[in-house]
Amino acid sequence: MNSQLGAVLMLAQRDVTKLVRDRARLVAELVFPVIFIGILGTSLQASFGRAIGYDFVAYTFTGVFAMTLFQTTAQGIISLIEDRETDFAQEIFVSPVSRYAIVTGKILGETLVASPVAVGIIAFAAILGVPLGPERIAALAVGGLIAAFFGGSFGLLILANLPNRRSAQNIFPFVMLPQYFLSGIFNPMVNLPLYLEVASRVAPMRYAVDLIRGLFYRGDPQYGLVVLQDPPTVIAIIGVAFVAFMIVGTFLFVRRERDR
Amino acid sequence: MPEPAISVEGLVKRYRGADRNAVDGISFTVGAGAFFTLLGPNGAGKTTTLNILTTILAPTSGSACVAGHDVVASQREVRRAIGIIFQTPSLDQNLTGEENIRLHAVMYGVFPYRPLYRFMPSEYRARVGDLAGLLGMKDDIFKPVRTYSGGMKRKLEIVRSLMHRPRVLFLDEPTSGLDVASRRSLWQYLREVRERSGTTLLLTTHYLEEAEDADEVCIIDRGHVVAHGSPAEVKGTAGNALKLEDAYLRILAEQE
Repeated sequence: MNSQLGAVLMLAQRDVTKLVRDRARLVAELVFPVIFIGILGTSLQASFGRAIGYDFVAYTFTGVFAMTLFQTTAQGIISLIEDRETDFAQEIFVSPVSRYAIVTGKILGETLVASPVAVGIIAFAAILGVPLGPERIAALAVGGLIAAFFGGSFGLLILANLPNRRSAQNIFPFVMLPQYFLSGIFNPMVNLPLYLEVASRVAPMRYAVDLIRGLFYRGDPQYGLVVLQDPPTVIAIIGVAFVAFMIVGTFLFVRRERDR
Repeated sequence: MPEPAISVEGLVKRYRGADRNAVDGISFTVGAGAFFTLLGPNGAGKTTTLNILTTILAPTSGSACVAGHDVVASQREVRRAIGIIFQTPSLDQNLTGEENIRLHAVMYGVFPYRPLYRFMPSEYRARVGDLAGLLGMKDDIFKPVRTYSGGMKRKLEIVRSLMHRPRVLFLDEPTSGLDVASRRSLWQYLREVRERSGTTLLLTTHYLEEAEDADEVCIIDRGHVVAHGSPAEVKGTAGNALKLEDAYLRILAEQE
């Protein structure tokens, strides 16, 4: 096996090992999605479901599913800063492994870390009666993987140039919270004023949410009401943004490490 | 004439926003297999020099080659050829000792990736077994690093850094914070490594008795080389001081 690939897998495994040894984190990460889908989705369905013309629980579920995967990996990249503070980064960055392999290993690891949470969210949606066949679960798996990797690259771009964990933790909510509403996780994204439409289109999370809905609602009569852009277009946008975020994020991170 | 393990020529480093150079035009060479010691007070530029030689930090100007490779142009080749013991421990505290070693071995391409210890090649398992015996930790090698003593962590770092058989081993104050017994056993182990594999050692330390056995000593102060030679030569230039520590203090006092 190629040593770079081995390094990617080994670095990814490191994150999974840490999660397995920190079960409290796993439970904590399940709490918010359950609250969002269970309380927000169900109550909005009861209030507006009939008027809006589609099932709000499934709508919220797909939004929260995408948001959780995108955000968990983005936030997981924060541990690159943690490594820098605990000096473990030195061991990684003096190894002959390429910087892209290090970052890819990190994103893969955080994607794997997000997977048990994703399974928990799907199980909870099934309990609430969201229709889930094998085709839809496969669509969620593929879309979820793309959303997680995309979130990781976005996290790298944001966090790579921050000096320490505290500043990362302070900045992160400002970057993520507006995207909850600009991505249409809970709220319908129709008839927006121009400035909100523009803001929504530059929010990366919007494309993660829209991709998962595009795949989930394929062939469903509600497709036209909930999906903003067709999946091939969204995948193309995500692809371009992912490459740009990875290149710029890795460059900024490495430059910060070396050019002090 | 054999190629030196390390050659440094007019190396300069000025940190962003700083008003003076942390390293200010230093030059030296280290022969292959030699034990070279870089000495100096806090802030003299020792760790900065070491960070440049190990590709962690980019130099402002000047050049440096390690194991025949330029530290700027051929970073990956340099990294393959070196091992480093950092001033601050660089182990992942959440992983076991064995997992730290495995992570290193896979990153350096010494062994292929396997998800579990029992799936690793028998040669790896034998080496880990030998190393655990050498460290006197047997079953502890499978316990999280955070449960280890300071001395044990340091030894584990040395063992880990030697897994890929580096040609040059950099030691940045490796014994700081260790008790006398741990320091003694660590040096015993390093001597054995040198005898066995002829590894070049570059040491920075504040314990000057550790430098008495060095082949060469280089004293730097405020980024400049102020003395360079064998321990006997350095003592000679400082009025035939009996100990390296006395010579060091006299040389630095002359710089004031």
